[in-house]
Parts: sequence; structure tokens; C-alpha cells
Amino acid sequence: MELLLHQVLAGLATGGIYACMALAVVMIYQAIDHLNFAQGEMAMFSTFIAWQLLQWGVPYWAAFVLTIAISFLAGVVIERTVFKPIHKAPVLTHVVMFIALFAIINSAAGFIWDFTIKSVPSPFGTQPLFGQRLISAHDAGMIAVTLVLLVLLYLFFRHTRVGLAMRAAAANPDSARLAGIRVGWMVALGWGMAAAVGSVAGMLIAPVVFLEPNMMLSILLYGFAAAVVGGLTSPGGAVFGGFAVGVVENLAGTFIPYVGRELKLSIALFIIVAVLIVKPSGLFGRRVVTRV
Amino acid sequence: MHDRAVAHVKSPPAGTLAGVSLDIWRRLAIAGALAVALAVPFAAKNFFIFQMTLAIIYAIAILGLNLLTGFNGQFSLGHSAFYALGAYTAAIMMEHGGLGYYWTLPAAGMVCFVAGFLFGLPALRLEGIYLALATFALAVAMPQILKSTPLEPWTGGVQGIVIIKPDAPFGLPLNSDQWLYFLSLAVALVLYACAVNLVGSRTGRAMIAIRDHPIAASAMGINVSLYKSLTFGVSALYTGVAGALGAVAISFVAPDSFTFVLAIGLFVGLVVGGVGSIPGTLFGGLFVLFVPNIAEHISKGLAGAAYGVILMLIIYAMPSGAAGLCRLIIGKFVRHGR
Amino acid sequence: MSACLLEATGICAYYGPTQVLFGLDLRLAEGGITTMLGANGAGKTTMLRALSGMVRATGEIRFRGEPVLGQATEDIVRRGVAHVPEGRGTFTRQTVEENLQIGAMSRRDRKAIPGDIERVYGYFPRLKERRGQQAGTLSGGEQQMLAIGRALMLRPRLMLLDEPSFGLAPMIVAEMFEILRTLNRSEKVSMLLVEQNAALALDLADHAYLIETGRLVMSGPSAEIRGDESIRRSYLGY
Ligand SMILES: Nc1ncnc2c1ncn2[C@@H]1O[C@H](COP(=O)(O)OP(=O)(O)OP(=O)(O)O)[C@@H](O)[C@H]1O
Ligand SMILES: [Mg+2]
Repeated sequence: MELLLHQVLAGLATGGIYACMALAVVMIYQAIDHLNFAQGEMAMFSTFIAWQLLQWGVPYWAAFVLTIAISFLAGVVIERTVFKPIHKAPVLTHVVMFIALFAIINSAAGFIWDFTIKSVPSPFGTQPLFGQRLISAHDAGMIAVTLVLLVLLYLFFRHTRVGLAMRAAAANPDSARLAGIRVGWMVALGWGMAAAVGSVAGMLIAPVVFLEPNMMLSILLYGFAAAVVGGLTSPGGAVFGGFAVGVVENLAGTFIPYVGRELKLSIALFIIVAVLIVKPSGLFGRRVVTRV
Repeated sequence: MHDRAVAHVKSPPAGTLAGVSLDIWRRLAIAGALAVALAVPFAAKNFFIFQMTLAIIYAIAILGLNLLTGFNGQFSLGHSAFYALGAYTAAIMMEHGGLGYYWTLPAAGMVCFVAGFLFGLPALRLEGIYLALATFALAVAMPQILKSTPLEPWTGGVQGIVIIKPDAPFGLPLNSDQWLYFLSLAVALVLYACAVNLVGSRTGRAMIAIRDHPIAASAMGINVSLYKSLTFGVSALYTGVAGALGAVAISFVAPDSFTFVLAIGLFVGLVVGGVGSIPGTLFGGLFVLFVPNIAEHISKGLAGAAYGVILMLIIYAMPSGAAGLCRLIIGKFVRHGR
Repeated sequence: MSACLLEATGICAYYGPTQVLFGLDLRLAEGGITTMLGANGAGKTTMLRALSGMVRATGEIRFRGEPVLGQATEDIVRRGVAHVPEGRGTFTRQTVEENLQIGAMSRRDRKAIPGDIERVYGYFPRLKERRGQQAGTLSGGEQQMLAIGRALMLRPRLMLLDEPSFGLAPMIVAEMFEILRTLNRSEKVSMLLVEQNAALALDLADHAYLIETGRLVMSGPSAEIRGDESIRRSYLGY
């Protein structure tokens, strides 16, 4: 029983990472209707920027804010330059463009900062929380920041004009244009915000997994999985999905005999696919009704 | 009954070019390509022959993916799993069963057909991005499964399996690279001919109808679930045969050759070749094999970036792939028959 | 003849390679209601789309004297052209009130928006009752009211209305047309109305255009067209 509780706690701690990433994934999905496969790499690059700023002696929170701002701008610029020309192209073309972006960012990060791992400090410290070993102060801080981010995003989308304009542009672009909404810029804004949320995720994750160009590969996959399990249309669902995936992964690794540890990732993915098969739009997602 | 549900089958464009009918041009193009393909092993160095063998193999794998995505509208970012399954089937049969490599091709095809069909059943419930994620999960899980302890006696774990490179049979005056090239070419010819026939058949029209109008197709009495799962099976069969050929050609299999990077590579090959185009898959095969090398050549440190930039430029230049570009160019010069 | 609000000359429009409009001319008077009639597929919707920059078109369009052809839809809309599209363009997942707010999205005078929402509710009390409801769950007629309300939130000078009576019960149609007449008089909104119900449209409008397969057949004051037996028989079918 104690073991179970401990594993659940540890799962929640890793789940915080996935929740962070899933939130960024859902953000951009809302804005552009695509899963951005380069999202993890963008977050990784942002984290390198933060690390570089810290190396130059910028205080932590200043670097934190600066990184968010830079990432936001970069997201907007990437949309305007790379994706605007193909915004009408089919999904497959978009996926290929994401792959290209992935390759470019990954390789550029390796080129600039090389592939040795770097450690990023935690703003919350790494001492254990309340004297137990399973959740550290950093884990708790990470979960708290994720939840705060979730609330902020909720308030932004529900209660601001720009938030409403972004929702309108995503839900019905043609009709939004007829209301005078600049749909193209809303999409760019969505990219910017997703990049910003991603940069927060990256900076919070880096103290746990170390910083290097490939740090996000499996995390993004878990992030996708979490977003999809929660339902791609629901930021709250995505965060829940993140914690759920973290816990499931940990429990599978501990309690499934023989292959549990080796196939942790596979088992987690298997469970996700199983959830999708039972509930194709995710646990909290809205079913998109298609007409003939 | 299906025939009434026929959606847009992209029939080859009719018309004339320089006074000769397009059909004749098409035959000439195929004959020309075949002549070049047959000449390659006698004119090129062994390493180039080996590379071309791999390009053909990738083209077959992409053709399999195209049957699924291009003609049936189902996503897959996980075809490396079927490629791996084919490769390991071949390697295990040769290593543990002592069978000849030629037996492994049909066996790999059958195993992958069954695996694809079975995977296709639950995948029926998933669409678009969800299916993409599920298949991607398969691609990520595959190397881990191959490495896992319970399977190690068969798969050789991380080490993989080394296969003996076959020599030409019947005392043919060919070295093994040349022989493998011809073998792959022959298999490819058979599989391409089958694919062309399949797409043009009633079954093919049903597949396409499902892609374009799933609800209408089922209203017309097409068994959508069955066709979708079957297409998954056939698609996996093609990719699995390619995997088996690849294992023989490289004479080695290891889990890390079949990561999701391969799945992504096949997917990219599909899109740059042209989704829904059979000849486009040849371009896709060449792309998968050569563009990473070219990128490496441009800059060692920034090879990934060079690859990404090339990919972006190709998408801007040919948004519907190489096949789309060809169609456009031919369209400019063709006189349409009345 | 009163001042000209919008003047379109020689409009040709295309969907991909297919041409749908073949040199249409159109003049809308300031403060007037003009109707455009024609059979299914004549190109009425396409003409409205050309006016609001939603389809590739050539020719010349001047709105209040300034050329607008080739501008982005958003920019044309921001000049005061409110297009109530075929199919109503409801934001189905947003609430009724959010839909109205979306309509006012391009306005700078934010303070005046709540007052305008109340005014729209004044015209369409039924929307007020359902202000917190998801717009996708409204009935067809209510969605049509919402679409007109959303257009009003723009404080437009010109409204392009694409078959506002589509799918509505006759009584509701009459009610809606009465509201349109009021809007035209009291809010000084000029209108271009596309309708299948020619009799009603000719009653409401002061000027009419008749088009067929993308070409102008005739135009003139509604009263004249309504009075012409042969036109009525051959083109309007009543
Ligand atoms: N998106 C499109 N792509 C291709 N052709 C189109 C498209 N929309 C309309 N058309 C064609 O353009 C022509 C004019 O269509 P339009 O919608 O303007 O007609 P309409 O007068 O509004 O008809 P209705 O009264 O039925 O609404 C039709 O022949 C139609 O088939
Ligand atoms: Mg119409």
C-alpha cells in the first residue's frame, strides 16, 4: 500500500512535466487545428536561450520572463514566415513542415550549444518537500506553475476580447473574417502563445531531465498522449491527462512483472491507444460532428 | 453494387503531347525507366548499386504506405513497425530456421498482412490525428519491444542479427550487390503491377470511395470496416516485404535501425513523392535515401538543418509532391482530346 | 437618384479555373434597399462574396468612392460592409452573447458595445432569452436573427444579406422583413438583399437586379419589375 502511494506521488511529479507540455500542445491545436510535432524542439530551444541568459549572469526570474518574451516573438515569426504560405495546404503537408522545422531546430541547437548535457537550476530548489523523498520542492513548484498557467489561459480565453477573437478565428475562420477579425494574425498569436507556454514547460522540465537537444523527444510524445487522452479541445483535460499518464507510466513500471520496466513507454502508449479506442475524442474532448 | 459509390478515381489524364497520345508516352516513359534501371548495375560502382537497391526497397515501403494513406485516407506515422516486423521475420527465419532468403519474402509479407489487418481493426475507431498518434506510438514502441528480454533469444536483443549476404544463384555472372539489386527490382515490378491493378479494380474504387466519402460509401453498401482493415493489411504487407528485402540487402537487423525516424522518413517520402500517386513513390524512395546524404554533404554540423530546409523548399516548390508537379507540367503541354 | 454607396463594374468571378460571373454591374444607392434575384446557381452568392473579397474576382468595386477590390475581407468589413452569409455563419460553440461580441470585434469604441448588444436584443427579444445558450443549439430562425444581430454589431453602412428567409416559417419571414425595413429606416443601413422569395423581396426593396448565369438580365425600380407581367412569369415564377 505504501509502495502504491509512493508510486502515485512519483507519478504525479513526472506527470507535472507531461501536463506542462500537453498544455502547450492543446494551445496550438486550438489555434491552428494541427498537432505541432516541432513543439518539443521549440521548447528545448527556448530552454537553451534561458540557459544562455543565465550563463551571461542574468538573474533567474529576469531570464525566465525574457525567455518567454523571446519565445513568443519567435513563435509569431515562425508562423508568419514558414507556415503562412501553406495555411491552406492539407494536413499531411503540415506534418511534413513540422518535421522539417523539428530537424532544423534540433540541429541548430546542437550546432550552437553542442550535445553535452547541461544542468539548469530550479527556481524552487531541489530539496525534498516535507522531508519525504518522492516529491521535491521543484516538482511541487512545477505542478503549481502548470496549474497557474492553466487558470491564466482559462481567464484569457473566456474573459478577454482577444481570447474570444482567437476562439472565433479557430472555430470558423470564414465567419470570423466577416466579423472583421484578422484571422491570420490570430493564428500567429496562437503560435506565439504556444511557444511561450512551451518555453515555460521547457524551463521547468530542464532541471529534472537535464538540458540537451534531444531532451524533449519522449516528453513530447507523452505530452501528445496526455493531450489526446484529455481531449485535444480541453486545456484542463490536457493537464489531467498529463498527470494520468505520469501515474500510469510509473505504476506500469513498478507493478507489471517481468517486462514492466523495459516496456514502460510501450505500456503507457498502449493504454493511451486503448483509451482512445473506447473514447475516440479523449476523456474531456468534444466530439466533432461531421456531416455528410 | 459498389460501382455507384465510385468517387473520383484519378484516371490518368488523356490527351496528346506533340501529336502522340499520352498513353504511348506513358509506355515510353516506363520502358525508358526500366532500361535505365536494368543498365545501372553494369554501369555503376557497387556502393551505388547498393544504394539504388535500398532506394527501390524504400519505394516499395512507401508504396505500401501510399495504398493506406493516399488511396484509403488512413494516416500512419508508424510504418517503420511493419518494416521492422518484415525485417525481423526474414532474419529470424534465416538465423533460427535455416531457411533461404527467398522464402522469407512471402513469409514476411504474410506475417505483416496479418499484423496490419489486426492493427487495422482497433484503428478503425480512430481518425486523422488520433490515428497518427496511435501509429506513431507503435513506431516508438517497436524498437523497445524488439530489445525486450523475453524476446531476446529470438531477436538477439540490442545486438540484432547478422545475416549472410546471398550470392547470385544458378551461377549467374553477377556479384551479390548486382544480384540483390535485380532481385529487389523484380520484386518491385511485381508489387507495383499488383498495386496498379488493385487501385484500378472494384476493390480499389471502394478504397477510394471510403477515403472521399466514408459515410456515403457505407450507405452504398460498402463494408467500410472490412475494406479499411484489409487495406491496412495490404499496406503492411508491402512495407513488410520491403523490410525483409532490406534485411537481406543490408545483411543485418538491429532494433535501432527501425526507430520512429524511419517511420517519419517513409512518411516524408510519401508526401514529397505525391500522396495518391504510384509513380511518385519512386521519387519518395530516392528522396529518403539520398537527401539525408546530400544534407550531410552541405554541412556536417548542420546536416539536420540542411535537411529541414531542403524539405521546406520542396514543399513550397511542389505542394502536391513530385507527382503533382509532373501533372502540372504535362498539363501545360498536353492537348486534350475532344 | 440619391448618392451612390457602392458601385461595381464589370465583375467577373472565378472558382479555381471556372468562371461564374461574367461582367456584372451593380449600383447601390446610399440608404436604399436593393434586391438581387435569380435562379439557383445564377451567381448571387458569388456576387456577394466578390463584394466582400471572399472569391477571386476582377473588375472594379468602389465603396464610398474608394476602390476595395483585391482587399482582404477583414479590411472591407472594417469599412462598414456586413455580410450575412448563406448558411448564417454561426459560431456554434460560443454563446449567443459571445456571437454578438464577436460581431463587434473590429470596433474601437468598446464602451458603446454593451449598449449595442442591448439594442440588438431590443430588435430580437428571443435572443435575449437565450443569451447564455450555445448558439449551435438555436433553431434555424433564431440563428438567422443572430446572424443579422452579429452584422448589426459592426455598425455597418451596408448589409449584404444572403437569403435571410431560408428555411424560415412564413410568419417569421414576415416578421424578419419588417425588422429589416425598420433597420434600414432607423439605423440608416443600406442593404443588398439576395432572395428566393421574389414577391417579398420586391416589396421590401426599392431597386432590383435580375441575373442569370452570371450575367445581368435587367435592373430597375422594384415597382416596375413587379408590375411587368412577362418578367414575372419568365424570371420570377409567380
Ligand atoms: N466553391 C465553389 N466551387 C466551385 N463552384 C462553385 C462554388 N460555389 C459556387 N459555385 C458555382 O458557381 C455558380 C454560382 O453559384 P452561387 O452560389 O453564386 O449561386 P446562387 O445564385 O447563390 O444560387 P442559390 O440560389 O442556389 O444560392 C454555381 O454554378 C455553382 O455551382
Ligand atoms: Mg446562394
